[in-house]
Amino acid sequence: MITGTIARISGPVITAKKMTGSRMYDVVSVGSAALPGEIIRLEGDEAVIQVYEDTTGLLIHEPVKNTGVPLSVELGPGLLASIYDGVQRPLPALFAKSGNYIQRGIMVPGLDREKKWVFTPVKKPGEMVSQGDVIGTVQEFHLVHFIMVPPGISGEIKTITSGEYTVTEPVCVLADGTQIPMLQRWPVRKGRPFVKRLDPEVPLLTGQRVFDTMFPLVKGGTAMIPGGFGTGKTVSEQTLAKWADTQVVVYIGCGERGNEMTDVLTEFPELTDPRTGYPLIERTIMIANTSNMPVAAREASIYTGITIAEYYRDMGYDVALLADSTSRWGEALREVSGRLEEMPGEEGYPAYLATRLAAFYERAGRVNCAGTEEKTGSVTIIGAVSPPGGDFSEPITQNTLRIAGTFWALDANLAYRRHYPSVNWIRSYSLYLEDVEDWFSETVARDWYQFRGRAMYLLQKEVELQEIVQLVGPDALPDKEKVVLEVARIIREDFLQQSAYSDDDSFCPLEKQYWMLKVIIWYYDAVRAAMRRGVPVRQLLSISARSEIARMKEQKDPDRIKALSDKVWEQTENLEVQTCSTAA
Amino acid sequence: MQHGSLITVDYQTVNYVSGPLIFVERPKQISFGETAQITLPDGETRTGQILDISEDIAIVQVFEGTRGIDSDVTTVRFTGQSPHIDVSLDMLGRVLDGVGRPRDEGPAIIPEARLDIAGMPINPYSRDKPAEFIQTGISAIDALNTLVRGQKLPIFSGAGLPANLLAAQIAKQAKVLGEGENFAVVFAAMGITYKEASFFMKEFEESGALERVVFFLNLADDPTIERIATPRCALTAAEFLAYTHNLQVLVILTDMTNYCDALREISTAREEIPGRRGYPGYMYTDLATIYERAGRIKGCSGSITQIPILTMPDDDITHPVPDLTGYITEGQIVLSRDLFRKGINPPIDALPCLSRLMNLGIGPDKTREDHRNVADQLYASYAYGRDLRRLVAIVGEEALSDLDRNYLKFADHFEKRFISQGNVDRSIETTLQVAWELFGLLPDEALKRIKEEYIEKYRTLIISGG
Repeated sequence: MITGTIARISGPVITAKKMTGSRMYDVVSVGSAALPGEIIRLEGDEAVIQVYEDTTGLLIHEPVKNTGVPLSVELGPGLLASIYDGVQRPLPALFAKSGNYIQRGIMVPGLDREKKWVFTPVKKPGEMVSQGDVIGTVQEFHLVHFIMVPPGISGEIKTITSGEYTVTEPVCVLADGTQIPMLQRWPVRKGRPFVKRLDPEVPLLTGQRVFDTMFPLVKGGTAMIPGGFGTGKTVSEQTLAKWADTQVVVYIGCGERGNEMTDVLTEFPELTDPRTGYPLIERTIMIANTSNMPVAAREASIYTGITIAEYYRDMGYDVALLADSTSRWGEALREVSGRLEEMPGEEGYPAYLATRLAAFYERAGRVNCAGTEEKTGSVTIIGAVSPPGGDFSEPITQNTLRIAGTFWALDANLAYRRHYPSVNWIRSYSLYLEDVEDWFSETVARDWYQFRGRAMYLLQKEVELQEIVQLVGPDALPDKEKVVLEVARIIREDFLQQSAYSDDDSFCPLEKQYWMLKVIIWYYDAVRAAMRRGVPVRQLLSISARSEIARMKEQKDPDRIKALSDKVWEQTENLEVQTCSTAA
Repeated sequence: MQHGSLITVDYQTVNYVSGPLIFVERPKQISFGETAQITLPDGETRTGQILDISEDIAIVQVFEGTRGIDSDVTTVRFTGQSPHIDVSLDMLGRVLDGVGRPRDEGPAIIPEARLDIAGMPINPYSRDKPAEFIQTGISAIDALNTLVRGQKLPIFSGAGLPANLLAAQIAKQAKVLGEGENFAVVFAAMGITYKEASFFMKEFEESGALERVVFFLNLADDPTIERIATPRCALTAAEFLAYTHNLQVLVILTDMTNYCDALREISTAREEIPGRRGYPGYMYTDLATIYERAGRIKGCSGSITQIPILTMPDDDITHPVPDLTGYITEGQIVLSRDLFRKGINPPIDALPCLSRLMNLGIGPDKTREDHRNVADQLYASYAYGRDLRRLVAIVGEEALSDLDRNYLKFADHFEKRFISQGNVDRSIETTLQVAWELFGLLPDEALKRIKEEYIEKYRTLIISGG
């Protein structure tokens, strides 16, 4: 084992001498307190190390030991419902060892060594297996956890038996003597292998109208949510973590608030997945590295999260990874880079920021998983971005924009008036619209795309008209355009707005979304048709169906919403009869 | 801190002094972050902390400034310990300096414990969810941006705006409904004037709460770098009072902009790569180590609620200090110069304000069932009214519909009757009552954010016409 000594300490970065033979990204143990760290630069016999814990109290000349392995995570049954710090130490175990505060130098394995799992083999002795092949299953809550042959291993099975095992006990032995336990390790900075990348075609549904209908995301895609403080990034991320229709959710609280993680921790066990009926916590893995926890571990937390996500993807599951916020990760990178005295790029961020961001987001995707059997799984990344001053021209937002497929731009002005989710419908976009068009046509309705397009057109038109209104006042507009303004307002207030805290509206099924939009567009058509027949706009805008439209969100009965589409036609037609009769 | 020898060494090897930093050569057996005692040629002693060490040199920041330090006679002794503070329940009612030494005429504090001022990160798993509604008696906060126990809710002020008045009013009136007096206030002043500090003392004296307050004062003419330690000392004392003595502690930190400027001064002296406006790139992390010390811990009945006050330079909310603060704290209360000029007191601009933990503290059993709806409706209607004001400036009020004119009236009344309340302590019922009276200005159809059953139930509160 290579052992050197500390030569310099500067915040979370230390320099160690006599480290010849060390490799980049090897994990080291620093000082007599054995603080974990990772080598991030080599210069002659000196290694520069980022330390995952507070370095206060370290002395010059204390020993630094190289473990010879890169930073890795433990993968196996027991990940679900866990809460980890940035380097996969379970927080409940840390609590048990060190109480309310996180003490330094405590090492706890990521997976429980004591717990026994019931292993059921699906392969028999004599069968040939290779990397990614499923050899057996374990029930992890309500999810079937497939035990796979780790990457790089293949051979003929000698023994494989069902029974209760801990994660480290071998469940299968190959002819060449290789033992396969349920636990496998994987270095976090390297993507797990797969066979082939596939094009995305299935939308990732979230039950949020502005996301699903307006700017859809796909399974295996990437999305970014930038927004200044108070625009609802965290609420959006949490809403997505709650309602995304994936089997597994990885939630990374990267440099964010402690109370928010507590919120997730206390709320998720109580909430149930609307699709399966099981508690949400049982499909969730949380990684919490709050803003006051060590900055280097914050840098690692994103990689820890994505590696766990890839592991479940390899079983053939759809996984959603939520990172809140990638800006804090970028800042950790900047802080470490600053301590390394690297030449800064834009706004002090290192020049390799764009490369690192791209490399992270590219680990999302829908793939044919490794293994002889055909399996497809996906990882979808949804990253929150916190631009300073809400200014989207800053490096993290701009570099993420170049990679992300869906852009959900949050807008402070919408948030100020409590229009949530405060997604700006003009700035946002989805590059996946065409990919999911077929799916929507087949699954929801043929005219889904058409209604969406018309709603977007009205919203776009509203912006143009608003400019005119600002100059000449609303009364100067012709009736036709007044109607556009009114309908656009209905779309904004009664369709796009959705309360994350409302019992009846926090999750909106796709069918309801479709019918809500259809009713609004039909209302527009009905009003225009009536106008052509000479009915005054004032009367058309005050039909009773309108207040029902305004309360569609809270309407639980889908048939009532469907009935409403007929009602708008009836009421506008009746109006005409009335006006004619009074005129006569 | 582990240390090899008991012999302390005095270093006379200061070779470079720059701003608040001194560079000590050939240090041995010293640890990162430990405290240094610096003895000046005239015998004065100062304290400092190690920021960076290598085999050849240690960089020490001197809290009291470097004036009078030379590179010849000055000696530095390292104490082997990171900065600590003596804490005790007897601190209540005392006035201390920026690093916790008595500043009043009273005796020295007899310590119950000696604690590291840096604190340690709370395990997110050990945190308890903040859920108790704190009634501040101020409508703009209680109804729209509810404060809950364990929250950190800053006040974003501008030069000359009455943030201190508001903070003092909150400290005086804050109570949790249905609970006794088991509270304490920890007040940390960083670089504020004597006048401001004495204002707070007077306010607390008048309300008879002086005995429950600990003052940490680093005034405008006190050493700048000491300000780095002041909030940490104050929070260490607050943690001790909250988690050892189970008190409900309210921490007021003012003014965080001065703190950040001190941080910038050190960073510049270290020749670090500056981030936005010259502030260091790690300012977010640094501020987080202060703000994140608010909260509640499972199994402890005490709590720490923080109200940091900061001045937005040039009223610019995108300046790095308010910006980074807003990203860490759980919301913000923003004061507006326009409203202040109009005579609205407190001049809280409701639109950019936010309380992220509001939903945990409101609703049936806590405040009232219609609270969420009422808040949403007030916001939506007021925002619309404000938009119309801009429109009116161009096209005149005549061009508006009757309904829009009502919205204009609503926005005016909202500011005059709801936000502006002066020194009055309003209960949450009164606050909601005023809100429902305002809704009387709008037709029922416009109250889209309120459930129909609540309109039915609370309609009696609406006095139509307003």
